[in-house]
Amino acid sequence: MDPFESIKATFFQECEELLTDMESGLLAMEQGDDDSETINAVFRAVHSVKGGAGAFGLEELIRFAHVFETVLDEMRSGKLHLTDEVAKVLLRASDVLADHVAAARSGGSVDEGRTVGMIADLQGLIDQDRAAELGLNEDGDTSAVEEDFGFVPVVLSLDEPAADAPEVDVAALMAAAAAPPEVPTADGAGTAGAPFWRVTFRPKAEMYAKANEAALVLRELARLGDVEVALDASAVPPLDQLSAEQAYLTWTIRLSGDKSEAEVREVFEFVEDDCDLEVTREGEAVAEISEPSFAADEDASASAVEAAAAAPLDLDALLARVSTPPAEPAAPTAPAPEPVAAAPLPAATPPAQDPARLDVAGLIALAEKASQDHAQTQSTPAKAEPKADQKAEARAAAGPATAATPTIRVDLDRVDRLINAVGELVIQQAMLSQRVFESGLARSSDVALGLEDLELLTREIQDSVMAIRAQPVKSVFQRMPRLVREVADMVGKKVRLVMDGENTEVDKTVIERLSDPITHMLRNAIDHGLETPEEREAGGKAAEGTVRLAALHRGGRIVIEVQDDGRGINRPRVRGIAVAKGLIAEDAVLSDDEIDNLIFLPGFSTADVVSDISGRGVGMDVVKRSIQALGGRISITSEPGKGSKFSMSLPLTLAVLDGMVVSAADQTLVAPLSNIVESLTPRAEDVHLIGGRDAVICIRDTFVPLIDVGVALGFRDTPLPPASGVAVLVESEGGGKAALLVEAIQGQRQVVIKSLEANYQHIHGVAAATILGDGRVALILDVDALVTTSRRKAPRIEKRMAV
Amino acid sequence: MTDTVTQGVAQRRELIAFRIGDQEFCVDIMSVREIRGWAPATPLPRTPSFVKGVINLRGAVLPIIDLGARLGLNTSEPTARHVIMVVHIGERTIGLLVDAVSDIINMSDDLVQPTPDVASDQVKTFVKGLFALDGRMVSLIALDRVLPETEAEAA
Repeated sequence: MDPFESIKATFFQECEELLTDMESGLLAMEQGDDDSETINAVFRAVHSVKGGAGAFGLEELIRFAHVFETVLDEMRSGKLHLTDEVAKVLLRASDVLADHVAAARSGGSVDEGRTVGMIADLQGLIDQDRAAELGLNEDGDTSAVEEDFGFVPVVLSLDEPAADAPEVDVAALMAAAAAPPEVPTADGAGTAGAPFWRVTFRPKAEMYAKANEAALVLRELARLGDVEVALDASAVPPLDQLSAEQAYLTWTIRLSGDKSEAEVREVFEFVEDDCDLEVTREGEAVAEISEPSFAADEDASASAVEAAAAAPLDLDALLARVSTPPAEPAAPTAPAPEPVAAAPLPAATPPAQDPARLDVAGLIALAEKASQDHAQTQSTPAKAEPKADQKAEARAAAGPATAATPTIRVDLDRVDRLINAVGELVIQQAMLSQRVFESGLARSSDVALGLEDLELLTREIQDSVMAIRAQPVKSVFQRMPRLVREVADMVGKKVRLVMDGENTEVDKTVIERLSDPITHMLRNAIDHGLETPEEREAGGKAAEGTVRLAALHRGGRIVIEVQDDGRGINRPRVRGIAVAKGLIAEDAVLSDDEIDNLIFLPGFSTADVVSDISGRGVGMDVVKRSIQALGGRISITSEPGKGSKFSMSLPLTLAVLDGMVVSAADQTLVAPLSNIVESLTPRAEDVHLIGGRDAVICIRDTFVPLIDVGVALGFRDTPLPPASGVAVLVESEGGGKAALLVEAIQGQRQVVIKSLEANYQHIHGVAAATILGDGRVALILDVDALVTTSRRKAPRIEKRMAV
Repeated sequence: MTDTVTQGVAQRRELIAFRIGDQEFCVDIMSVREIRGWAPATPLPRTPSFVKGVINLRGAVLPIIDLGARLGLNTSEPTARHVIMVVHIGERTIGLLVDAVSDIINMSDDLVQPTPDVASDQVKTFVKGLFALDGRMVSLIALDRVLPETEAEAA
């Protein structure tokens, strides 16, 4: 992959994370959380997406993100208040933004009408005059966007703050100092009399604590137009009173040019909460401004260097001070206003002409004096050090909102290889113990004891390795709020989605396949389960329906529940439809539970009108089949008028299967436990032959086919006498029941699934293979294939065939 | 990884020679991963008779092909003296059951003669060529034909 593409791939990965952050923030806002931190988080996410998009020239994405961002900015500055309506529009906008990102990623395009409509909606939130002022009606002012490389905050938030921040800052500062951008000439030629912005920028200590950099902000501002920067360092106290963590500096910037206030403020958006910022429009009194400007009578480049380096100057003084006693830890003292540890700045010793310089000179003098007093200097850093630690901690504590625990991305292949190797280790270990045991060594011998330790270790390794693949179901759950919104909009119902247990972990392979069934069940719950707002109110319920999506661990499996508080299953109607469609006999006697479960039958649909969302009659049976394909089960409980609850239980991993180990025709076979209903010893009188070979067994007055596994697989020609074996009642995915006749049941075990197709090919009646504790391969039965083969009465294929 | 003898110019290559009954065969050494003793295999249902079943090769499920039966030779039940040659065929790894591994041969491609017309079609499918070695005849096996290609063929 060429480097640009790989950067782009990283951008999209980050986008995904940002979009997730954004959505969770918006959802919090929908719940009425108008905390500025939340709004800021959302704003930052959108802004970072926009910034990155700018770097890659993704015009449509930028244009939309810009509008979105502007609205959020209005909100952030308190001009727009959070209402239900606003939150809903913002949520929909976030969906559109996600679409844009997806389109940019795949190179596709987004429905233009939807985008335009969304932009109109967003603009509708802010009044038109403001919109015009903010430049929203222009075709997305990309120029401002491109300059504004929004990636920086993302990178910083992932860094270990204390260690890396100084380095970053030094580099940035050096760049700022070395290459002054279009910093204007001092006398601001040609702008006299023209209107300009006067910006007063007074950083607070928190801003530096978050590793923000005043010089970078100023440089950014300089790109908007001609600037004149004046530093007011009068607040800097004498060195012995100077606190390393306080901020004392104030800049006054005169910015000419015809930029809007929003554009000016945008420069400060990452530091806005941590500084005092005044932006005023002034049209005259140029002279007033230039007075405090130290740059007035110096040449252009010097002023630029100083503008960038103004802050670090007093740091140099500090450095000078600490350089005398070399044993003294310099770093803790250094995070003075600017956390630039040992930046050797070119502008370190210019003539002192302005207040700042004078002060610095004073500081240096003070420092020299102070350095002679060893005890005093030692005590200062001693105090500063714990403070610095605290600061780092505080920063770390503030971080986690955005930065999760450090993670690495690993190829799934590598993990799979590791899992395979560990699986083999477990088998090998079991074989070894068996051999040692057979060799007649005493249980208390060193070898046996060592083996026991080894066993514990292997188990632990296996558990940890399986945990690597385990992922929280969050990645699936977080896609659901959007789905619920869209479906609810489409059917005109009000729905609140409550999610529980998002952090429940399950194997990655299972997660990937959870999405479809959950989607189906949610659609079903909203479309069929919930009533319309009017009906709900008439029934004495809140107009807004609640759908609860929950995940939990139960008995070594993961259970997903979708519960609604709607009307519940209309049993007479379900029954009527089932009869009308010929799914059940008219006079069939069914329990409530059985009626509820009719909805899982193929071709069943209760919706009177086939809607876009569900109701094609392929719904629930598809869900059931896909869940059974994963080795899971689904059930429904319902209470008329109160709602219904679907719960599906799935294995935690697809690499391991709960199986019943059986023997048939001298072979050891494994039947998946999820298929097994019960096992019983058949009595001879319950088994009846239909024709010559095909047998049925009568279990509680129901006849089900009896399949001799040994014969069905071709291991043996003559069927086992039924009474000498064990019948295992199984249910296939299609719902068909059959009894498998085997010689004996050896026990229940978790087995690791090994593919047969990898080295050979698919064999009818065999799902996969596994390796048992003795190292031999055992086949896992494909119950479905066995049952359907027997039902179709397909001609049996004899084992020994000529080539 | 399979043989490319027929297309190559006079390249030198190493081959592993093995015996089945009283005949001698060989395959390219590069496609052989390891050679191990016979271990009882788990039979697979609905497979041709030359598929002996599957064994556990360090956690992988490895099908065992009785090469003699595949070539239409008379074979007896495998004993502990038989060996399994683990070979790569394309993406797959399979075990070939043979009587014994006899030699490693270093020879050049131009010594390989095409299979004469006397052989039956079945043999010609698997035997890519012949060559003489110290007065013995050695058949070069085309590994990619050894596995049953489709399920239909297996049935």
